[in-house]
This record gives sequence, structure tokens and C-alpha cells, in this order.
Amino acid sequence: MKPIRPNGPFSPYDRSVSTLMNRRRFMKGAAAVTGGAAAAGMMAPTKSYAGNDISFLTWCDHTDARLIGLYEEAIGGKVNVKSYEGTGSALATIEQSQPGDWDMFMCDFQDTGMVSATGIIDQLDDSRVPWDGMFEGIQAQPHAYTNGKLYGVPDKFGYYGVAYNKDKVDPEDAKSGAIMYDPKYKGRIAVYDYYFVIMQLVGISKGIIPADITVENLESVIREPLLELKANSLLTGDILTTLNALHTESVDIIVGGAEWSVALDMANSPWLDYQYFDEGALMWNEALSIVSDSENKDAVWDCIDTTLTPDGQRYLATSDCYWAMPVMKNTPLTDDEKAILRWDEQPGILANSYPSTMGTPDVDAAMIDLWTEYLAS
Amino acid sequence: MAVPHRSAGRRSFYLNVSRWAVAPSLVYVAIFFAAPIVVMIIVSFWQRVGGKLEAVWSFVNYEKLFKKSYLLEGWFNSIEVALITTVVSILVAYPLAYVLAYQVPKHWQKFALILCILPFWTSYLVRSYAWTIVLSETGIINTVLLSIGIIDDPMQIGYTRGATVLGFVHFFMMLLTLTIYSNLVQISKSYRLAGEDLGANKFQVFLRITLPLSLPGIAIGAFITFVIAIGDFITPMILGGGNEMLLPQAIMLQVQRANDFPMASAMSVLLMISVTIAYFLLARWLKMDRV
Repeated sequence: MKPIRPNGPFSPYDRSVSTLMNRRRFMKGAAAVTGGAAAAGMMAPTKSYAGNDISFLTWCDHTDARLIGLYEEAIGGKVNVKSYEGTGSALATIEQSQPGDWDMFMCDFQDTGMVSATGIIDQLDDSRVPWDGMFEGIQAQPHAYTNGKLYGVPDKFGYYGVAYNKDKVDPEDAKSGAIMYDPKYKGRIAVYDYYFVIMQLVGISKGIIPADITVENLESVIREPLLELKANSLLTGDILTTLNALHTESVDIIVGGAEWSVALDMANSPWLDYQYFDEGALMWNEALSIVSDSENKDAVWDCIDTTLTPDGQRYLATSDCYWAMPVMKNTPLTDDEKAILRWDEQPGILANSYPSTMGTPDVDAAMIDLWTEYLAS
Repeated sequence: MAVPHRSAGRRSFYLNVSRWAVAPSLVYVAIFFAAPIVVMIIVSFWQRVGGKLEAVWSFVNYEKLFKKSYLLEGWFNSIEVALITTVVSILVAYPLAYVLAYQVPKHWQKFALILCILPFWTSYLVRSYAWTIVLSETGIINTVLLSIGIIDDPMQIGYTRGATVLGFVHFFMMLLTLTIYSNLVQISKSYRLAGEDLGANKFQVFLRITLPLSLPGIAIGAFITFVIAIGDFITPMILGGGNEMLLPQAIMLQVQRANDFPMASAMSVLLMISVTIAYFLLARWLKMDRV
């Protein structure tokens, strides 16, 4: 078995049994434990801050302790972090919060336009962003500006494709989206359960780019191969479940995986690899945004600037949650790290990629319905 | 003029005091249990339109729920899996509780019970992921079966309904063991001795005295197991591999992905109806003072 990446009293009231822990004893024990914990908490050394704290809603990679340390150093305050998975989930969190609860929001770059329409995030000062130091193509993405306005500063990017066990899977097969339906790999596939990503990958394999997905072609073009993928797979699960299955050799392929799911492990597990489809790579791009209700916008800008420094980019690219490409070309990665992230191939991959964006509310609702059907099939 | 009796007045005074004494409990129950359920039922009749919540009364969510066969299938799957889990858990837990109550010496019972609850001290998620490793193709079960030649190829144990039920049973059998055990130790030994004196063998004593008297413990444990199992979405996701959709998974999709709380509420009402039916089926034996 291959090693797995470390990740990240009862006492029902009983009058007859006096020797057992009774309710009073349990309460006393619980009170003692709680009191002890509280006392320990009060006595524990606490760091003092200058009232410059911010709250940060983000994917897990930005929670890397080294990066958060840089932020806290830059703002002289504490960064309270909550991680989420998926723009929809993040929006639900913000919607259920009080105004001012959140300051910085790591929003998928391609979703900033849609999110800005809700009034949650601020327009940003474009002149403050070091576009010239970024990989070509990052600024030119169609979603970078919404009506000529910038709502997020990109800081990291990567792709969705397949992650696989190269001892078991032909790398040539992995280059085509057809691998998702290939009977040769029946029962050897795990599907990452991010509904629109998987539907967009299926769409790319059938010649429909993400931006062209509609309620109609979801039903007429994507539905059938999606259900075919389900029939060809062993499981559909979250990141940890799919990775676990790959590491325990229950599956050989993760559909929806790529560098973000395996790059971190590749140095220690040389049998791991990843690939984007020749039909097109499905690109994701993270960006930092300022929440409109924030009362600490200057501190957020300090964090954004810090993220784009060489150290910030290096820590983010090699985050202990997942690795991916930094946007800044001067990021001081080692040769091995660059090789794992395919640094030199980026211009070609970028040119053949499509941004993975959350659909309009109608398309998104149709996708969730189809995904529910997929799970039930 | 009628003079009120002094002792009656005092009694009424005490009655009023005792009424006030329960008020905090009632307020607590109203705020933390009744109100959320009422809110959930109300929201289930609202709609999410164009990404926004609209407080307009309609049956749209329920119509959708009953029109989409896969959602109904998810509901039936949830009931089926929860029932199988409950029955299997009872079958595993009862013998264990019986041995603990009647076979293990009194001075060892406390230690044995602590051993039984040890699994509760680890994280639920860790236990689930640990099971995926045990059940995997390279896990201990397949490795042993392969090495002793019982099978030639690894069996697919993980990511199935069986794996989900196995995980659930592991998580809940101790809960059932405890409720049954608590009930068993309350049954007076003299009942069993009387049965034996009247000529019944051990099996007859168990079947006609011990088992009927332990039904409240079984019922309470079964009810709790059913309620937790029918609402769980983590175990089916991790151990079941998302191969069979249960209704809680669909609810989570609506909450986490679609942010559609009205639809999620309608689905939750359906689950609540299932739990209510289970309660009424077991109500006859649900005597909390016996546990």
C-alpha cells in the first residue's frame, strides 16, 4: 500500500448501577475538564495586535501558515481564516454573515464578475496590480475585467484534467477526454465531486467550451456522457476521498484532478502524474478581492501586495494544502518544483485552456439538478 | 361568603411555583427545537428565484421533490439504509450488551464499558477514512483473503452500500449496546430465577422474560440509531463513494452548492416525516425512564 499524505459517556441515566459513572459524576467530570480547558485557555500566552485584524474567506491553500505569517507581519494584526470549497459555498457563507464580518475574499478570478454584480466585492485600483510581472495571458483573460473594472487580483492558477497512477494508466490515454468513458478503465476512476467542473470537462471532451454551456446543451449533449462517466467510475467524492482511493490503489485515475491534487505528493510518490486534455485544459485562477463592507480595506490591500511578493508567491505555489502555478514570473521556485508544476510548458497550456466559470443562475441550477441525477444514477 | 381553604391555597401556590420552575426548560425547547422546525417548515414553502430568496408561499419545492424520481429514490434509499443499519446494529449490539450485563463480573463491567466506548473518542471523519483504507483493494481484508487463497483477485468492498452500512453499524452499535445494557441491568434477577424454577430453560427465559423486558432499551437505541443514520451524509459520501444518493446528500447539495434553503428545507421536512413515523412505530416501547 502506498503511503497516504497526512492531512491535512455517556452514561444514560441508570439508577440501578451505582458502580457506573452516574449523571452527577459525569457532570462533575465534564465541569472539571471544561473548567480546566477554560483556565488553560485564559492562561495561555496570547499575541497582542494593533486592532488591525482582518477576516479572510478562502480556499485552503491560502491558509498556509507561512503565508498567513507574512500577512500578519504586513498588517500588524491577526488574520482570521475560514476556508470554503466552491464559489457557491462562499457566497452562502457571506450571505449568512453580518455586514463587516469579512474583509478579504479569495474568489475564483473567473467568478469575480458574477460576484461583483451582487455588490459583495469592491472595484479595485488596476494601477496597483503588477501585471507586467505576471505570466502572459493572465491579464488577457476575458473575465479579468467586468465592464472595464477589476474586482480581483489574480495570484495563482492551475487546471482541471486528470490525475493518475502512471504505473497503471497509459499517459497517451490521459491526454484525451475520452479516457473518462474508456471501458479499459471501467471501475478504476474516481470523480472529484465539483459538479460544474466535471460537467465542463465532459463538455470540453464533446467540443463544448465552458462559456458555451447552456441549459439546453446540458440536457442534449452533456447529460449522456456524464452518466456514462458515472457508470465507468468507481466513486464520486471530495478531494480527500478521491486521493485516498488513488493512494490505496482502489482507483487509477481522478477525473477533475491535476497538479492541484497530486503535485504536492509527486516528489515522494513518483508513480503519480497528471495531465490536461488535448481538447483543452480547464483553467482555474484564484484572485483576491476586497469585501465591500470591510472596514479594514487598507490592510487587505497590504495582504494582496504581500501575496504577490516572491515569498508570498512561493509559499502560495507550494502551499501545504495544494500546489499550483504562481502568477508572478519571478517566483523563486526550485528546479524540481518548477518541473513538477510544468513551469516551462505554461505558455502552451495557457493558450489551450478555457476558464472554468460558474454558470448563470439558470445554468447553475440546471447543473445541480443534473448532478443530483448523476449521483442517484 | 366562601372562605378559601388555607391548605388548598398553599397547594395552588406551590403548583404555580413548580410551573414557573419548568419555564426555562420550556423556553429552551421552544427556542432551540420548536422554533427551528417551524422556521424550516415555513421556508420549505418559499422559493429561491434567480439566486434570491423569495418569501412567496407555494408548493413548488414539494412538487419538484415528488416529480423527480431520483429525489424520491434518494428518500427511499435513506430509509432503507437507516433501517438496515438499525436492524444489523441491534443484532450485533444485543449479544454484546447481554454478555456485558450478565456474563462479565460486576467489577469488570465498568472497564468493559469503557473499552466499548473507546471508538467514540476518535473523530468520526477519521474513523470513516480509516474504514476506506481497511476496505480498499490493498486493505487488510483483501490482503488476508488473498494471502490465504480464498480469493484470487481483490474484492470490491469499499465504495458500496455494504461499506456505508458497515461504517454506520460500527459507529452506532455502541450506542445501542449502552441503551440495551442499561435496560438489561435493571431487570431483576428474581424474574429469571422464577422462570427457571418454574421449569423454563435458559432460552425460554430469555425469549419470554429478558427480551420482552429489554424492549424499551432496544426501542430507544433503535430510534436514536435510525434518526442519526437517516440524516447522515458524510458516511455515505466517504464509504459509499457517492454511488448511491441518499437524501441528506441532496440536501447538502442544495445548501452548499445551490444555496437553495427552501428546497433543502422541503427535503428536510420529508426526512422529518420519516423520523416521525419511526417514532410512532416505536412509541409504545419508548420509555426514557427505563434507560
